[in-house]
Parts: sequence; C-alpha cells; structure tokens
Amino acid sequence: MAKKTQTAVAPKPEKKPAAKAAKPTQTVTAVEMGARQREISVSEFFTKNRHLLGFDNPRKALLTCVKEAVDNALDACEEAGILPDVTVHLEVVESGGTPPPASQATRFRVTVMDNGPGIVRQHIPRIFAKLLYGSKFHRLRMSRGQQGIGISAAGMYGQLTTGKPVKIISRTGPKAAAHYFEVQIDTKKNEPLVHENKQVEWDQPQGTQVSIEVEGRYQKGRASVDEYLEQTSIANPHVKLIYRTPEGETKEFPRTYHELPPAPREIKPHPYGIEFGMFLKMLHDTKSHQVSGFLSSDFCRVSPHVADEICKTAKVSPGGKPRSIHGSVAETLYKTIQTTKIMAPPTNCLSPIGEKAILSGLYKQIKGEFYTAVSRPPTVYRGNPFIIEAGLAFGKGPDEAAKTTQASAPLAEGEERDEDSELARVIRYANRVPLLYQQSACATFKAVLDTTWRNYGITQSRGALPAGPMVIFVHMASVWVPFTSESKEAIADYDEIQKEITLALRECGRRLGLFLRRRERAQSEYRRRNIFELYIEEVVEACNRLKGGKLPTEKLKAQLQKIASSRTGGLKTDEALGKAGAGPEGLPHSIIVTPEGIEGEVEVAAAVPSVVPPTEEAAQVEWLDEEKPVGTSSKQQKRASKKLSAPSAKRSGKHADQLGLFSVETPSGKNAVAAGKAGKSGKAPVARRKR
Amino acid sequence: MAQTAKHKKNGVVEKKLVGLADLVVTAAQRSKDPTLAIPIRALSNVSFNERKGMIEMGHKKQARSFFNVGMAKKFMQTMLVADALSELQRAALTTSLREIYYRTKHTIQDSHENTFDTQDESDPIIEDLEVSLAALREELHVRAENGGSVVGPLVLEDDGDRVDCAKLGKGGYSVPSIVEPEYVDIRRCTADFVLLVEKGTQWNRLSEDKFWRRYNCVLLTGNGQPPRGVRRLARRMHEEYRLPVYVLVDNDPWGYYIYSVIKQGSINLAFESQRMAIPKAKFMGLSSADPERYGLPRNVGIKLNEKDITRAKELLNYQWFQKPAWQQEIKRMLSSGLKYELDALANKDFQYLTKKYLPRKLKEKDWLD
Repeated sequence: MAKKTQTAVAPKPEKKPAAKAAKPTQTVTAVEMGARQREISVSEFFTKNRHLLGFDNPRKALLTCVKEAVDNALDACEEAGILPDVTVHLEVVESGGTPPPASQATRFRVTVMDNGPGIVRQHIPRIFAKLLYGSKFHRLRMSRGQQGIGISAAGMYGQLTTGKPVKIISRTGPKAAAHYFEVQIDTKKNEPLVHENKQVEWDQPQGTQVSIEVEGRYQKGRASVDEYLEQTSIANPHVKLIYRTPEGETKEFPRTYHELPPAPREIKPHPYGIEFGMFLKMLHDTKSHQVSGFLSSDFCRVSPHVADEICKTAKVSPGGKPRSIHGSVAETLYKTIQTTKIMAPPTNCLSPIGEKAILSGLYKQIKGEFYTAVSRPPTVYRGNPFIIEAGLAFGKGPDEAAKTTQASAPLAEGEERDEDSELARVIRYANRVPLLYQQSACATFKAVLDTTWRNYGITQSRGALPAGPMVIFVHMASVWVPFTSESKEAIADYDEIQKEITLALRECGRRLGLFLRRRERAQSEYRRRNIFELYIEEVVEACNRLKGGKLPTEKLKAQLQKIASSRTGGLKTDEALGKAGAGPEGLPHSIIVTPEGIEGEVEVAAAVPSVVPPTEEAAQVEWLDEEKPVGTSSKQQKRASKKLSAPSAKRSGKHADQLGLFSVETPSGKNAVAAGKAGKSGKAPVARRKR
Repeated sequence: MAQTAKHKKNGVVEKKLVGLADLVVTAAQRSKDPTLAIPIRALSNVSFNERKGMIEMGHKKQARSFFNVGMAKKFMQTMLVADALSELQRAALTTSLREIYYRTKHTIQDSHENTFDTQDESDPIIEDLEVSLAALREELHVRAENGGSVVGPLVLEDDGDRVDCAKLGKGGYSVPSIVEPEYVDIRRCTADFVLLVEKGTQWNRLSEDKFWRRYNCVLLTGNGQPPRGVRRLARRMHEEYRLPVYVLVDNDPWGYYIYSVIKQGSINLAFESQRMAIPKAKFMGLSSADPERYGLPRNVGIKLNEKDITRAKELLNYQWFQKPAWQQEIKRMLSSGLKYELDALANKDFQYLTKKYLPRKLKEKDWLD
C-alpha cells in the first residue's frame, strides 16, 4: 500500500516526463557527480546536527553549556589531585536597553571557574575551539568527558547563536601569568581562530575560567541548570560548588566529604571489548615489531604466554610483523582472541563514589528519614569494567513528617485525610555526571521499574515507579559508559549492566524494607500505648459521669495507665522508637533520621566542617536542651557519659573531639547529655540551614 | 399510670448501666484488664426451640477487654454509649439511634481521632448493651423510626388520645416504635384477623380498596422488614385478642426471612423473641406455587441473582425451615430460578390482589405454617 503511493507520488513532479522520455540519456555524468563530492568537516556536521550533542532547544542548550564546562573543570581538578572549588555564574545578557528578567531572557553568559591546574597557553585554542580534540578519547580511563567534543561544541553553539567568541582565562600557578584568550572555531577547517591573546591580571592563583555567550532559556524545575548542579553536588560531595543564578541569588553547595576520590588508573583495552575494525587499526599503529609482543603490550590481561597460545591456535607466527597481518588472517586472529579464555580486566581503573560519600551527598541535599548506599563489586561488560552504585533516601525529613501529623480540623463523617501519592524520583549518574534527559530510555530507569518494590513495603503500580517520598540514586562508573547517544543522556541497557543495577537496587530495597518494618513495629507498639492513653481519658470520663461525678478520676487514670504500660512492653517501645536515645539498627551504610537526631553512619553526616561560630553552637545546645524529651534523662546520661569517656573506634577522632568540646563548654550534667546529642544531631540543622 | 411504670423501670436499667462503671473501677483497683462479657449475636449462638416455636438465644459470650488493641476502641465506645443511655434514664427522655450517635461523637482530646466515625459503629454497640444488660431497647429509651402503618377496626389510646384506626382514611395510623401497654393501649379490636403486608405499596392498595372493611381485618405494614413496633403490635393483637396473623410478602428469599422473623424472631435480637415472635403466624403468599396457580405469566418474574440463590440455600438449612412444605416451597423457587414481587399481580388487574388473590387464598385456606 505504502509502496504504491510512493511510486504514484514520486514521479508526479515535472521530472516524470524527463525521466521517462530521456531514459537512455544520462542527465548527470559520473564526473559531474564526482565534482559534487566534498569533504564534510566535523564542525559543519555538528552545526547541522546540534541535537546530537544536546543543543536541541534553548533551555537544554544552556544546560549543556554549563554541564560541559563543569565536567571539564571537575575532571581537570581531580586529575591534578585538587579538591575542586567550582563557581558557576549565569548572567542575562541585555540586547540593548534594560535586561529582561531571567525567565524572559534569551541570551546568557555562562561563566565557569575552577581552581584546577590551569591549561598551558599553547593548548588553550585547540581545547576550546577544535572539535574532537581532547585528552580523554585515546585512553581508557574513567572520566566525565570522553570524546573531546563537549566544550568546543558549546563554544561553537555560542558562536552560532550569538557570534561571540569563547573567552578563557587560565593560570597554571601563582607564579605563572594568567592568559586571556578569545577564540572561535573555523567551522570549515575545524581549526581554532584566535581573536585575542594577552596576559591579564587575575585574582585567582590557579585555575581556569571559561565564559561563553549563548542563546538559551532559563527555567527552573526538571532538567534545569539548578537541578543539574544539585545532583552534581549529591554525587560529588567532595566538590564545593557556588552557583550564582541569573536572578542574582547565590547558592552554595558545601563540601561535605574532604577526600578526593582515588584517582582512576588508565588501562589498556581488554581484547573482549574491541571491535574488529579497531583491532585492525591497532595492528597497524602498534609500536611492537612482533605479533606476540603487540598482543601482550597493547592489551590488558594478555600475558606473553597467553599471546603465544593465541598465535598458536590462530596459526599465526608469533614473531611476524603486526603490520603484515591483513584480511582473513587478521580475522582468524581476532576470532581466536575472542574465544580464548582471558582474565577479566583489572578494576582498579575505576573510581566509585563510595558508600560513605553517597550517603553524605544524599544526606546533604535531600531531606529524609532513611538513607542507604550500596556499591557493587566491579564487573565487566564487553571487556569494559564497571561498577554500579545505588543509594536511596526515604521519607520527608523529621520536620515535614511532624507537620503532617499535626491535627487539622476534626473529620466529619465520610471525610478522609488525603494521602500523598507522589512517585519516587530517580537520579541517574554516569561517571559522577547527572543524567537529566531521556530517563525512560535509560538502563537505570528500567532497572528501577523492574525491581519489585512491593517486597520492601513500598507501593508500586504495575509498570510504574514506586510511590512514596523517595529518591533513588544510581551511578555507573566505567572506563567507557555506553550511552545511547552522543549527548550522553541515557545508559544503554546491556544485560550485565542491568543485572548489576538491579542487584544494587534490591539491596537498597531490602534495607529500606527492614527499616520500614522495624519502624512500623515500633510505631504500632507505640500506637497501642497511645490509643490506650487516649481512650483511658474517655473511659474514665464516661465512668465518672455514670457514677454521677463522684469518682476519684486521677486515681483511676493512673491505675489504668499502669496496666496499659505493663501490657505494651513499656520502656522497650521507647527504645525501639529511639525515644530513649537507643543506638542504630544494625543496617550497614545507612543513616536513620528521627526528630531526636540521626543514627547510623553519623560521622558522615557530621563531617560538615565546624566553621560555625561558637555562639551559634552554644545556642544550639540550648535549643536541644529545650527540645529534649522529659523523663529519660538519667538513662541517657549514663549512655552519653559512656560515649564521652570511650568514643568507639568507629567514630572518627575528629568527631570525638567535637564531643569533648561540647562537654567542656557545658558545665552541668544535664547539658552534657544535650551536648552528646548535639554531636549526633546538632550538625543536622547546620547543614540544612545552608541549603 | 404510664409515668409510674416508666419510673419503676428506670431504677433497674440505670443501675445496670452504672454497674459498667463499677466494673471498670474494680478491675483497675485489682490491676486487671476491664472486660465486658457480651452475648454473641450470631447464628452460632441461637437455637430454635421447637416446642415454643421461636428462636432463643444461647449462652455463648464474647469478652470485650479494654487493653486489647483490637477491642480498645469498642470498649471505649461502649462506655460512652452507656453514659449517654444513663443520661437518658436520668432525664426520662427517649431518643433515636442516630441521636445517640451524635451525642457520643466527639474528637478525642489531643488527637484527630473521632470517637465514632459513622452510625454503623454506634448501632451495634447499643444492641450489645441491650443483650448484655438484658434490657429491651424501649427500656433503654431508644426508639426506632416510626416504620409502619395500621388501618382497620382497632381503637388505640396513645398519650391520652383516642385513635380509631377505622377512621383514619387510607393513610392509617403510624405505628410508633414503642407500643408497650404503658405507651399505647389497645381499647377495642373487633377484627377477625391481622394481615401483615411486607410492602407499603400493596398495603396502600388494600387500604384504598377498603379490603379491611370487607373482610374485617387489621392491615399492618412494616415497609420491608417490619420494625419492632409493628411486630410487637401484631403480637399483642394476636395474644390479647386471639387474632390469627397472616403474612403477605414478596416471593423471594428476603420475603421468606421477613416471615420467619415475624414468626420465630430474628437471629440478631433473639433474646426479644419471647416478646415479639408470633409462632402461629401463617405465610399467605406470595408462594412459589402461586404463579402457576394464579396464572402469572413467566415474564413478570425476575431472575434470581447470585445473592438470592445463596440466601435461599442458607434458609434451607435453618432449623425453622425444615418442615417439608417449606423445603418444597424454597426448592421450587430455586428450580424455577425466578422471584416474583407482590406488585406483579397488577399484571392481571390493578385490583387483582384485593378482588381475586386474597379472597381466593382466604377461601381455600391456602397458606403455609
């Protein structure tokens, strides 16, 4: 049917008679056609296909520019072993007259500054104004950037939409001079054009600053610059991020983790992960003179012994020249390699975020009651090692939770309190970079859907995300993350990857399930007592009225309360609910937040640098003192003093110091309790306030 | 006279209610869980006394204790209702079930929980108190709605007013929920029998056609399951004036059950059987044999639904439906797969019920016992 219409329509234009009548005579000769053939420069290709790089619409383009610049900054800092301080500045550029409000503006200047190693002067033009130029493509090493397209593409986009060059200031050290560049890209030749090059005064001792003017749209919400930076901060708690919004606000994402992630090592490609074409190219380019040498030195996990074995089975002379291997021989060799048993690639080339850092990041940015993190052991897909990490933050945070339980107007008949039915939020990362688009095409998202959350006490409709106040964090670290497109938006779902994500999510789910069940159990005990306490009041009043108001009500109440307490586990319930300051619940790599404080990997949460002025700390102690539940003090005091005298090995020394500090500052025994608590929970409000 | 009778009863019931408070106090003093024993109101706890021909309540009781999560709320509610009931006693007022619900409903202090959410929660508690205190609902000063009507040669005295049910047009007298002698006195009754009709519509038909005048009977209806007042009034006429009682209901399982409640008493309030049940009441119709006998076309029947069938099968197992005639009656309905409404008789003629059906039934003495 479709074919028919095609043939019917296609010949309709005026070409039809010509094609039919002049069938024997050629209209265009091969020579003429040949003359039309021209080289396409990469830059030209990308100007036409900018959606492939994430510049499809103005809003996304703005995000992509920020993203590319920030990714580069972080990669550079980490590679140089510097804890990154990154400043992102978005400004509205006025096009004559008064600048429009940020939400209406169409032109922005994106400025990203880091404290990295800086860039050597000679390289600056090509790094920022030549596509497919970079340090990361030719080596297998885990990094945010991969192809060397990003920042130059952002520059090219700016050039296309505003005509303005990319402005760079870079300084390699306090003693070196700061260089200022203005570069553009020659889209035909894919070569940089330097407009301006001078030495300038710069207040930064070291680092790089990139400034690009682009056409864009600033809109908050999903997949916005704000969201991207927030998520970046979650997965990179070792980064200090300062963000000046186009509206003039300054948001600071503090550093909560003071260690750099271990530097990933570079590895050679694993033979299983290489395609035939690539293999041929490697054969041609190798520095080795012998096939066996080529195999053992250009690939990882191929020992000379294994190399000889491969040559033997492929019937290739081990001493032959690699360059002389062509065609079918090369193919046999390639196939033999694929069938030979070779060890999995080394996994020390990966730098996972780590459970503690994930917890710290989640805790810092997301309000919740329960946090957990799981790092899977490294695995391999297509010869590329990778690690999956998952995290989970559940709940609304103690403040929110308290708000909802507050009684509103009494219910009339038929009325019900409406329940929240919000769905979980999935935040995805590849090599620590947040992925904001194409969620449903991503392997991580599919794995979240495929996990049976109902097993862990979470409601989930068929084929939908689990429901509840929950943030699910998934990170894939790999030397080569398989993206579904060049704009790096979704991870392709290889079975191996999918399986690892599912396993990590299940572990998170299991812990969440445990937490929820325990809390449920403790609460039902508590509720039991609670309802008795509520009803005792009613029953006693009713009895009193029945008896004509002649009953010793207080006595009766006390008697009944005593029975209630003895029948519902008494103090045990208090402990299970953490009311008596009981310890964590034995869940690995988790944080539990209750209105009274936090439990679990406390040092992670408390790892906020104590730059808070002492006055505020004192105020906090007082505040906690007021909030402290009455009637549990003696027991707590014992507990607290135990902690003070012998801080457990699990706690970092720093934390112990903090505790000590508090106890010195507060003289009375009662305050020491509060101080002990402050060490646990006092940090939480500080971190929150900064948000 | 009525006043003194009321007062006499008050003392007893109020004492019983106050006894509940004492129970709580003593239990608390002994550090025991306050527990009420409430007779079970279910099929499992009733037995059919064949000699008396009525349902009697057994002795099984269930404990309702305060310090049990599942029962705590009910216990608290029971105490609240008891309190409200004793308030009525003291003030010598009567009230409705719904008013009790509103009277006892409030939000518990320091919470957003209501003592009662719907009336469905308070009604069973009143019944619980009725059975566990062995007090009648009237004695508790709780009345149901006036659910029935009566017309016929019957003279009553209600609150000092003389009510001649033969002179009340076609609307008749609305039967109050409490018809005990101290509230409603039967002055005179010259009827030959009592006809209790399930449906108000058919009662209207009979009343409009002055059926009662022609056949000298008292026409009663309860608009569905007859309320206590109607049952009690029928029982009193049956007892005090030796009038036979005939029951006219739809031909469906619910109709059969209505008849059985009038005759033997209900399962739920079996303890009231001895005051309410009329073991000699006769089932006049609609019988499953009637459609054939009276030539009702099949197309005025209604197909039995799932619920009807299960209910009918339950009835087959009830002890008081074990007579062969009844087994045959129910099985016939099941095998035909159809039920018939009284109203279906109008298919033949608007006045078929008055002019043909009932006269023939009475003439042939065609009824079930």
